[in-house]
Amino acid sequence: MHIVVCIKQVPDSAQIRVHPVTNTIMRQGVPTIINPFDLFALEEALRLRDRFGGEVTVLTMGPPMAEDSLRKALTFGADRAVLLTDRCFAGSDTLATSYALAAAICKIGETWGVPDFVFTGKQTIDGDTAQVGPGIAKRLGLNQLTYVSRIVEVEPSSGRLLVQRRAEGGVQELESRLPALITMLEGTNDIRRGSLDDALRAARAEIVTWNAAAAGIADLSPCGLRGSPTVVKSVFAPKPRAEKAEQIATAGTAPDEVADAAVAEIFRRLPGLEAELLS
Amino acid sequence: MSQSPDGTAPAKPAAGRAGLRKELPEHFKAYKHVWVFIEYEHGVVHPVSFELLGEGRKLADALGVELAGVLLGGERDALIAAARTCFQYGADLAYLVANPVLTHYRNETYTAAMTRLVDTYKPEVLLLGATTLGRDLAGSVATTLLTGLTADCTALAIDGERSLAATRPTFGGSLLCTIHTLNYRPQMATIRPRVMAMPAPQAGRTGRIVEHALDMPEEDVVTKVLRFLPDRESNKAQLAYADIVVAGGLGLKSEANVGLVKALADALGGEYGGSRPLVQKGWIGGDRQIGQTGKTIRPKLYIAAGISGAIQHRVGVEGADLIVAINTDANAPIFDFAHVGIVADAVELLPALTGAFRRHLSINRIAS
Amino acid sequence: MTEDRFDAIVVGAGPSGNAAAYTMAKSGLKVLQLERGEYPGSKNVQGAILYADAVEKVIPDFREDAPLERHVIEQRLWMMNEASHTGIHYRSDDFNEERPNRYTIIRAQFDKWFSRKVREAGAVVLCETTVTELVRGGRGEVIGVRTDRDGGCVLADVVVLADGVNGLVGQRAGLRTELEPDTVALAVKEMHFLPREVIDARFNLKGDEGAVIEAMGTVTDGMVGTAFLYTNRESISVGIGCLVSDFAQSQTTPYQLLERFKRHPSIGPLLAGSEVKEYAAHLIPEGGYKAVPEICGDGWVVVGDSGHFVNAIHREGSNLAMTTGRIAGETVARLKRSGAACTRANLAEYRASLDASFVMKDLRKYKDVPRFLDRTRQVFGLYPHLINQASQTWFRVDGVDKRTKEREILASFRKSRSLGGLIGDAIKLARAWR
Ligand SMILES: Cc1cc2nc3c(=O)[nH]c(=O)nc-3n(C[C@H](O)[C@H](O)[C@H](O)COP(=O)(O)OP(=O)(O)OC[C@H]3O[C@@H](n4cnc5c(N)ncnc54)[C@H](O)[C@@H]3O)c2cc1C
Ligand SMILES: Cc1cc2nc3c(=O)[nH]c(=O)nc-3n(C[C@H](O)[C@H](O)[C@H](O)COP(=O)(O)OP(=O)(O)OC[C@H]3O[C@@H](n4cnc5c(N)ncnc54)[C@H](O)[C@@H]3O)c2cc1C
Ligand SMILES: Nc1ncnc2c1ncn2[C@@H]1O[C@H](COP(=O)(O)O)[C@@H](O)[C@H]1O
Repeated sequence: MHIVVCIKQVPDSAQIRVHPVTNTIMRQGVPTIINPFDLFALEEALRLRDRFGGEVTVLTMGPPMAEDSLRKALTFGADRAVLLTDRCFAGSDTLATSYALAAAICKIGETWGVPDFVFTGKQTIDGDTAQVGPGIAKRLGLNQLTYVSRIVEVEPSSGRLLVQRRAEGGVQELESRLPALITMLEGTNDIRRGSLDDALRAARAEIVTWNAAAAGIADLSPCGLRGSPTVVKSVFAPKPRAEKAEQIATAGTAPDEVADAAVAEIFRRLPGLEAELLS
Repeated sequence: MSQSPDGTAPAKPAAGRAGLRKELPEHFKAYKHVWVFIEYEHGVVHPVSFELLGEGRKLADALGVELAGVLLGGERDALIAAARTCFQYGADLAYLVANPVLTHYRNETYTAAMTRLVDTYKPEVLLLGATTLGRDLAGSVATTLLTGLTADCTALAIDGERSLAATRPTFGGSLLCTIHTLNYRPQMATIRPRVMAMPAPQAGRTGRIVEHALDMPEEDVVTKVLRFLPDRESNKAQLAYADIVVAGGLGLKSEANVGLVKALADALGGEYGGSRPLVQKGWIGGDRQIGQTGKTIRPKLYIAAGISGAIQHRVGVEGADLIVAINTDANAPIFDFAHVGIVADAVELLPALTGAFRRHLSINRIAS
Repeated sequence: MTEDRFDAIVVGAGPSGNAAAYTMAKSGLKVLQLERGEYPGSKNVQGAILYADAVEKVIPDFREDAPLERHVIEQRLWMMNEASHTGIHYRSDDFNEERPNRYTIIRAQFDKWFSRKVREAGAVVLCETTVTELVRGGRGEVIGVRTDRDGGCVLADVVVLADGVNGLVGQRAGLRTELEPDTVALAVKEMHFLPREVIDARFNLKGDEGAVIEAMGTVTDGMVGTAFLYTNRESISVGIGCLVSDFAQSQTTPYQLLERFKRHPSIGPLLAGSEVKEYAAHLIPEGGYKAVPEICGDGWVVVGDSGHFVNAIHREGSNLAMTTGRIAGETVARLKRSGAACTRANLAEYRASLDASFVMKDLRKYKDVPRFLDRTRQVFGLYPHLINQASQTWFRVDGVDKRTKEREILASFRKSRSLGGLIGDAIKLARAWR
């Protein structure tokens, strides 16, 4: 079984600051991490490999330093890592990203065997679109299974696949077929800790690095800025609210009195609420 | 939405390129009208669809075009009934595709139906709710049509050049960016539930229904829905739509104290939720998380206990009519956007508040 | 246990470990470096001062691509009391030289860069891998380490302990004793983010110029310690550190001290409007010469903070760390080349080289300073206070004649401390300094 997992290196958005004057991102000292949602995908892929044998290839499109995240994926036990990096990919939106990744997955298929599964995370914490997975599925004609909470059954011989996916208001149980693209829901598993041998292997592993040509992309027009229909026209900071919260006096007051004052204030500000609560 | 490999693009307005705007290609000029995908499942329309009709109405009026709802499903009659509701919420017409393969949502069938409608009737704007269904569908449709898609928007507008300006948070809500889809049609966007106001339905408002056939036998569909297991706790999904929400943060100090939040929510007939760390600690379920990566809420009353008010939390609650914050730290950022602040220990104050509400309401109940 | 065998294992990827691993890998040794943090520097979030000389001796052209913040052109030394500071400023355009002497850096970035160099030099670097104990051979000699990963033993000819101030690995192996609270300082530190232009304006800087403030006085509440402020490109590192034993006795927490320092009227305006990130606490070994433990044995050497190589008076640590790491690395490489085993006797070369270097010379020079400071608390409260009072008397123009002012100043000193005491302190200081 061959499984491709798409991971993205992202800035740890908890640590991002915005320049108060120019409204640009101050990235100084902001560490990069593997998009946390992608780890659920990776772990699920590793479990499938452990059960059915085969290989897990991790793939990322990004700048050369994205190699760090691939190496980390190898320490978790992935078998091979591919870095897709080329200036022509800069400025890609989700449509262009899915084009490049789909092309690279084709090339991976030609080189190491056609994948049975492609995994992506539910979404990234920087782009936050949840569109790249569906984009890849469409471009490669894979059966698309998003927000999967559990892979119930896989029959590699027949290609039958049974999954549960999160839907609005409940869980859908779907039967589908390989090859499939799965975006894993968060919280479904815990990424493993690789053994010392995994870690040693990862530290020494050769990361396969492809530019557009090496990935077999001949037509560059769907790539990067040029191939991106969406354009960011402006970036701005959210408007701060003018006035701060009005404080209810608490000094030296018992909780019950504070609570009474708060209740009175709430009903004063929401005149209809009391009647609604009473009805 | 830019997705550059180094992740920097959203921060840098692509001014140079935006200026490059060429004439819209000839074949796209026929694309007219604003569409809203109506999320109809298990016999009900997802409220986000009505919110989008309200917003779509404004866009259609600004463009001087019609607003259409798109309804896909298995039963024609039910779809027609739903379409009538859509008219009340502002739609001028409804496109309707009824076919048994559309009974349950499946990406394959819905993408096919949707893309065929777009190719036939050519809308210039297509809006979907940023629900699990909407996001699953939108990505496939946009890729099939090879057009732009802006995810998870919080504001929409039409600019001077009749182009859709879709605004969305980026970098965890620290910044907002406005995104355009130039030179491609339709301009697609998904919008978070509860971000747009729910319009008031206008009784007696009607519209046209356009039916379109989908030629797709079940045998051709790979993926089958075996079962649907509704969430046991049926009110789980209600958090986003609750009128009163009480939420706790790390300031609660222990899992047991989550009960204090629940108790207050119960006393008020509301829902409870929490900040992300509580989900990470397993104190509350993931679907009770409020904020950027959780639910956006728009209640009348939001009470936040022991929540610092990080930007990722803030973006999910700002739409509330009244925000009351309880925090021991008078400088906590939550007081920058709450309306009423109480500097106090939440663990002490929550039970007092529950008591005070109970008292107040029972006294007034007797009185009335 | 893994099949792999290495010439050397380096525990820790701070400045000392990186210098050692780099030096050995460059000499062709098969090196494994283990770091418990998520990445090198992840446990060292703070900004700091980097001394070019020590880095140059390891990587001569480091300026080409190392992530450096600003080069220091101005040094301020402040004596503070509640409302004032009296200070020495030294600022020189000479520091705008082609190869500047001191830089501010952000450790998380610098350590990462250094680690990349280590990897490029051929060492195998594993992060998120904690060394739990040393593995010993039949004669008690160290032959490898055990890690917290599955299958976690690796063997090597020599283990370089570069695991920082706690030195837990060495302690557990009985190679050294526990830290004494009066030989380590607890430092807390914050990063305050501000736009670059604001920092430039507040400190009168341009380009990559940087300024450093080091302060002592009543801000430490009578405890032995100092406070500091470094300008980075878009942030300011501020911190304060005092002896652990002093904290243990006082009612104050390090955080309270830092808050007080930040609110000081001389400091507050420099930080106004900043966004605070990364509150971090860390220990600094300050015992000096007398606290340096046994630094080598059969199959092991100790480098950096783990060996207490810190010159607290001059706030030098990373340079001693890199120098001890480099010299240990060179020693091991030399032994390896000559086919000699890494025995205690052979590794004694390391100690000898250190003795001949500035590392041991400086530590020896100040060997009595820690005790002086411990016994002469006036330095941290009374004197700064008196000096500031004197400055005020001197600079305030109020119709009092200068001679009277002089007398007032002298009297104030006398009143607080006897002449004998004053002279005694001066002599003690001079002695300790010798
Ligand atoms: C990509 C990303 C997405 C995120 N998405 C979300 C999201 O959707 N939702 C979300 O909430 N967070 C989200 N976060 C996390 C967010 O950045 C904050 O870390 C989080 O909101 C903080 O939670 P908190 O306020 O409960 O905890 P803290 O920040 O630790 O705050 C606890 C507060 O409680 C106060 N307190 C302490 N004791 C008491 C007491 N006894 N009584 C009253 N007050 C007390 C403290 O003063 C403090 O203000 C996200 C982060 C990232 C990086
Ligand atoms: C607040 C503060 C400010 C300072 N400012 C300066 C300054 O401006 N200039 C200066 O020169 N010095 C300064 N110093 C001192 C300087 O930081 C240290 O001297 C220097 O970092 C020592 O380097 P090291 O490699 O020995 O130890 P460290 O940098 O502490 O590195 C030790 C590494 O080993 C790892 N480790 C520990 N145990 C294990 C284990 N069991 N297994 C695997 N890995 C392990 C740790 O994670 C860590 O990365 C400062 C120190 C502090 C605390
Ligand atoms: N540059 C990229 N390289 C590899 N995978 C990516 C990249 N961008 C997005 N993905 C994958 O697509 C998923 C959804 O991303 P997004 O659409 O940005 O929310 C992520 O969780 C990743 O698995």
